[in-house]
Formats: sequence, C-alpha cells, structure tokens
Amino acid sequence: MAIWFARSKNLVSSLRHNLNLSTILNKRDYFPRPIFYTTSQLSSTSFLSPVTSLRHESTAVETQPDHLVQIDEDDGQELDFPGGKVGYTSEMKFIPESSSRRIPCYRVLDEDGRIIPDSDFIPVSEKLAVRMYEQMATLQVMDHIFYEAQRQGRISFYLTSVGEEAINIASAAALSPDDVVLPQYREPGVLLWRGFTLEEFANQCFGNKADYGKGRQMPIHYGSNRLNYFTISSPIATQLPQAAGVGYSLKMDKKNACAVTFIGDGGTSEGDFHAGLNFAAVMEAPVVFICRNNGWAISTHISEQFRSDGIVVKGQAYGIRSIRVDGNDALAVYSAVRSAREMAVTEQRPVLIEAMTYRVGHHSTSDDSTKYRAADEIQYWKMSRNPVNRFRKWVEDNGWWSEEDESKLRSNARKQLLQAIQAAEKWEKQPLTELFNDVYDVKPKNLEEQELGLKELVEKQPQDYPPGFHV
Amino acid sequence: MSAILQGAGAATALSPFNSIDSNKLVAPSRSSLSVRSKRYIVAGSDSKSFGSSLIVRRSEPLIPNAVAAKADTAASSTSSKPGHELLLFEALQEGLEEEMDRDPHVCVMGEDVGHYGGSYKVTKGLADKFGDLRVLDTPICENAFTGMGIGAAMTGLRPVIEGMNMGFLLLAFNQISNNCGMLHYTSGGQFTIPVVIRGPGGVGRQLGAEHSQRLESYFQSIPGIQMVACSTPYNAKGLMKAAIRSENPVILFEHVLLYNLKETIPDEEYICNLEEAEMVRPGEHITILTYSRMRYHVMQAAKTLVNKGYDPEVIDIRSLKPFDLYTIGNSVKKTHRVLIVEECMRTGGIGASLTAAINENFHDFLDAPVMCLSSQDVPTPYAGTLEEWTVVQPAQIVTAVEQLCQ
Repeated sequence: MAIWFARSKNLVSSLRHNLNLSTILNKRDYFPRPIFYTTSQLSSTSFLSPVTSLRHESTAVETQPDHLVQIDEDDGQELDFPGGKVGYTSEMKFIPESSSRRIPCYRVLDEDGRIIPDSDFIPVSEKLAVRMYEQMATLQVMDHIFYEAQRQGRISFYLTSVGEEAINIASAAALSPDDVVLPQYREPGVLLWRGFTLEEFANQCFGNKADYGKGRQMPIHYGSNRLNYFTISSPIATQLPQAAGVGYSLKMDKKNACAVTFIGDGGTSEGDFHAGLNFAAVMEAPVVFICRNNGWAISTHISEQFRSDGIVVKGQAYGIRSIRVDGNDALAVYSAVRSAREMAVTEQRPVLIEAMTYRVGHHSTSDDSTKYRAADEIQYWKMSRNPVNRFRKWVEDNGWWSEEDESKLRSNARKQLLQAIQAAEKWEKQPLTELFNDVYDVKPKNLEEQELGLKELVEKQPQDYPPGFHV
Repeated sequence: MSAILQGAGAATALSPFNSIDSNKLVAPSRSSLSVRSKRYIVAGSDSKSFGSSLIVRRSEPLIPNAVAAKADTAASSTSSKPGHELLLFEALQEGLEEEMDRDPHVCVMGEDVGHYGGSYKVTKGLADKFGDLRVLDTPICENAFTGMGIGAAMTGLRPVIEGMNMGFLLLAFNQISNNCGMLHYTSGGQFTIPVVIRGPGGVGRQLGAEHSQRLESYFQSIPGIQMVACSTPYNAKGLMKAAIRSENPVILFEHVLLYNLKETIPDEEYICNLEEAEMVRPGEHITILTYSRMRYHVMQAAKTLVNKGYDPEVIDIRSLKPFDLYTIGNSVKKTHRVLIVEECMRTGGIGASLTAAINENFHDFLDAPVMCLSSQDVPTPYAGTLEEWTVVQPAQIVTAVEQLCQ
C-alpha cells in the first residue's frame, strides 16, 4: 500500500504569489486524502483512488524555485556548478532568516475532541482507538505510580512522559512490529504498546535479576531486542546516526521495515542530529525521525535552544521531507507517522516529523521545573491541553468508551503496577558475576581475575557489603 | 629499513605447541560462527586457557594443514608451501575482500572508501566488486558514520569502519566509548556490536601534530572494546579477518609508514588470534616488548645488539587490549629484564599500562626495573628532524639494553 498525496492545486500559483515576500518557502503542505487499503499487509504496489486526482509527490516537484530568486523568464541562462545548474540573478537579495509565516501544524481533532471538518486523516477503527486510549491511560498511571515510588525512595530515578502520551502511543500504533525503534528516553509508551509488561518495566527500574538489562543501566533505560526497541543510552542524540545505520542495514537487506528514532527539541542542537539527518538523506535510508518539541530541555526553553522556526524547517536543509504535527492530537500523530513510515519504506527516504507538545512533568525526578517556569503554565497544559482527555472525548463521543470503563482501567492498572513494584522490589538482585559478564562475548583473563579478587574480598568481609549482596 | 621480515629464527619459538596442534587438526569443523568466535576471546595467561584457545583455532576448517600452523607462529614465509608476495595494504585488502566474500553482512563505511579506494588504498577495488551500498562513501562526520556502523551492527550487519586517519576518530569518541563499548553490557547482552574500526595512525611522513596521533593511548581504558595493532602483511591480513569475525568491537591500528611493507604470505586461508602476542626473535638476556612500527626499530637495534654480544628476545605484543600476559610473562620469567619500546607518549600510553601490568604480575621475576622508551609528551612537529627526535630510534634502544643488562 502506498500513500498518495494531493498537491494543493494552488501550490504553484501561491508560490509565484509569495515570491515577492522573500521567504524560505517550506511549502510541504501534504494533505493526505483518506486512504483506502486492500489488505493490512503492505505491498509494494500502489494504486490511484478513483475519487480524487491523487498524484504521488515526486522529487520533480521539489525543484520548484522555492525562494525569492526572481524567475525572469528571459534569463533562461543558468550557471553550471558541481551540484547542478543554478539560475542566476543580478539582484543581490539575501534569503531572510525566517519565513513571515510559521509552518502550520497538522491537526485533526480540536481541543474538544471533535474531528475538524474536511480533515485528511487515516481512519482508526474502534478496536484500535480503544486500544490506543487504554494504553495512553495506562502510561499515565504508570508514570504517576513510578514517580511516586521514586519519591518514596523505592527506585532511585524516574522520568515521566506526562503530556506526551499521544506521541508515545499514537506513533507506536502507526508502526509495524518489524520497525526498529531507537528511542531517546521519553518514549516508554512505544515499548508499552509493543507488549512490554508492567512487570518488565518495574524490573528494569529496580535493576533486579529479571531485568533484561541485568541491572546495568539506570531506571527508565529500557531495551528489548525481541520488541525491536534499542536499549536506551543516556547521551543525547547518539541514536540518530545509529538510526541512519539501522536504515542502511534494512535497506541492504531489502526489508519491509524502517528505523524510527525519537529526539527532543534540545537534542536537535547536538552535532549528531545534523549528522544523522544528513547521512540518512544521502544514503536514502528508510528512517523516520520524530522530534518531540516539548518546549523545554531541562531548564532551557526553546527560545534559547535555536533560532529557527522549530525543527521542521531544518528538514529541507538536509533534503528531507518534513511535517509539523500537533503532538497532542493522537489521530494526527497516527496519520502522520503512518504516512511517513510508508514513504520511508516504499520510497527509501528519510522523513522528519516535528510533534509539537509540552513537557508537563519535570525533566526527571532530579528536577523541579517550578524553579524555571510558572506553575500556572504547567497547570494550563496539564488540564486544558491534555492529550489523553482530548482523545478520550473523541472515543467517548463515538460511544466506544464509558466512565465505567475508565475507572475500571485505571484501578486495574494501578493495582497491577503496585503489585509489580512490590514483586520487583523483593526480587533478588543480580549476582556478582553479572558485573563482569557481557563486557565481551567471552570473559577475558583480566576480568576473570578481577572477578575472583572481588569475590574473595566479599566472602572474607561480608559485613562490609549490603545484605542480599550475593556472589 | 628492511622490508622483509627477519623471522627465520622465530619458527622454533612455539614448537612445543605445534606438536599438540597438529594432532588437533583433525578435529571436526564447527559450523556456527558464533560458537567459534566465543572461544577466541580467552586471553592466555595460564597454560590451560592459552592452550585451549590455540587448539580451538587449529580445528577450524580454514587452517587445513600444519604448514599454516607453523606460519602463524612465525610471522614469515618459512612455510614449505610457496605463498604470494604482497604489500601490507594489499594484505589488508585481501583479508577484507575474503571476509566480504564469505559473509554478505560485512560492509565497509568511511570517507572516500568507495571508488577512491581509501586514502591508503586498503579498500581499492571493493566498491567495483561489491557495489556502492556495501562499500559506502559517507559524508564527513566521524561520529555519525561510527554511530551508523554501530546501529547497523545492532541490526545484524558487520561493518568495517574506516577512519581516514586515526586522529579523526577522536571525533567519534562519544560513539566508541558510550555506545560501541557499552551497549552489549548495558543491554544485558541483548545487542551485539561486531564492528571493526580501523585506520592509519602513528608518526611519520611529516603529517603534523593532528595527523600523527597514537589513539591507542586514549582508547585503552574503554571497557568492552578490543585493540590490536598490525605490523606485517601476514598479521595484518590475519588480524583483519579475525577482527571481522569477532563478536566484540575491535579497533585495528595500522601505521602510516608500514603500508608498503612487502612479504610473502601463505595462499591458504588463515587468521591470527586477536589476543596473542607474536614472538619475533627469541632470546635469553632481555625481553623487548613493542608493537607496530617500533618493531622494526627494535629489530634494527637487535642486529647491533647481537654484534655486541647480547641476545634480546623481541615480542610484538600485537594485542593492545587485553595484553597477552601469558607470552609476556613466560618471557619475563626467562630473561628477568624488560624494555618496552613504543610510539605512544610517555604519559598514559600503552607502555605505561604495560609497565604497571608487568610490575603487578611479574614483580618477583624482575632483576631490574621495567624500562619504557616512548615518545616525549609533545605534539608531533612537522619538521623532519624534529619529528625524528620524537620517535624512539634504534640507537636509544641499544643504549637502554646495555644499561639494563649491566
């Protein structure tokens, strides 16, 4: 199945119109018509819908003169340089640093959870919608309980995704299980969607013996090769070039899958962001870059992070198709990610999605965000712009969800989580040998010696080591 | 500097092991690569583990006869079968090509590695043979293509990442340290990163300070990686192949001045053990430990020393992380004197770590303090004479040996 896009009829004429308003035009106004698909399996064949005159957006379109250079038709002359022909102008005009109009945000649901008339979006079935809502609510409960557990001193650290539930769940719902996810750290919802249990989350946070990471990483650094979710690594943006590598690998194996990677607004300042996007574009690798622009990088507001119009405008700089999406609108995120995924796989190209949202919680449990932002700003986003409530309204309006379902879900999730935490807490920790395993595939001699030395030490002086510390 | 290796005497060095090995040659072949590779990482420090690692390797179907076994102990062509002569960079290329033929997951990425063939021509011809995707020219961002290699490795490929010059890999330090070395561990063993990171380094050719780095000093602390340095066409090919087959990330250090060394290497397929040191010249009076280009300075000094009546034992340590303390230990126990000759700087180099390791492990066997000859703690200057003074010269080595053997 391929996604077909209609190009706005007036695109060309509006381009000409705007030529006088010196702009860096980023007119990537793709308005997908409702898609009809024959099977749930993806196939490489594509078809035209008889209803609308859909035309596949091709790269030929993109060579339209975007910026202000006066297209003087008499000047048919062009200069030949490495990189192709460029027209020339005798008028010295600088491309302005920003467009007069910010790139608009794609959204489908309004704040009251009603579909905006004439929206383009991929329809979501009742089953899918209910599942999405349930997972969003579960994520909320999970974040709340684990945060409280950290405050009680039961786990050392936690990082919530409050306010970003729609991005987490809707993007995960739009992907196939074969798509490889390289997260930043605020995307546990993707793992939740794919089937990671609440017990498995708890085990990782407690670093106990059942943790797949074998107690080696901080809490919230989940990873599961079974669910195609790369283990989270703390340094920011290192996953972006790796995503280009994953895309390269999938391209080489000709797999029907793409790499999907997440980054925050702050992470886009890292060199790896530039490099990762550039590489993915040059390699023509199937990668979907999803930037969660939540306004804050710990205490750094986006006005102090970059001077561009957000992240979406940066896509064109690398030759990457991009879109700005209302990250708190689950349906919009779903459609955008789904379409981006199709483009990435069928056209073998990277796609950039900027999801606008707000980080309601603190950066992590080591942060108190009231120190650098107004408490009523946080309250406003938490109550009035809540993505979970918004989606709930739509689901309820369709008659697919009720108050009873809500209380049942939340109390069940809460109960399950509390049990998971209690069990994970009691579960014994990794034995000493796991300190030395997996550094290499087989333990070398020096590590064997170090392990032996430590073991002897612990056995000789058990009183100096915490109880439950076993070799 | 003589290009052909003087390894004539070295063939006898490990002969006691050879007889064990030839018996084991008829062992059944292993089919799974992962099973084989698991045995490679036993660093020999006691005879049991060392012996077993040798034995397992011998039973590979790749090394079908005793000739190759002997050739592996001596880094020369004393094998009875005629081999073929080539230069070191061609040996690297041959090793890489053979591995790419053997396993479709092996790919190469780096700057100008494709049709340009690499800055030292190690990847010449590979893009024509395997295509532009498998031999990938990347934009200029070391952190990015190293990161890309790591991501690709985690999804099943076996990338060989080339840094145009080792010094540039400092830009990739974040990916190498935080991800390459760590992700196997922090993911609880769920993801492996079988990458090979290689490139030319070292001093010579008057390339200036930024292009004369010895990165083995900076990388040696990173847990989870292995480091090897090649010095002859024979071990260059063998180490390249072994590094590609290893499940661990391996950094292969090549030297800018050694690419045109000529040697005859065996025709049959072989690999070198990644954790093993190479006995270049057995002796009785003093153990000289060295690697990469300094090996040749040491051998030159050895000629002078022999004329003066000394009998130095020269070992090319080859494996920079972990050290082959078994071979080194046996040598120290025999000679009781150690001289380390390296190109790293005095502070924090491989020599510094090796000195500490030897002192810790073999203190009782030393008759004199371990001496380490290294480059000074200065950036490498451009001027030819100045550059030559930063590198340990044969005359210094001779003086040091005389001093130690008083």
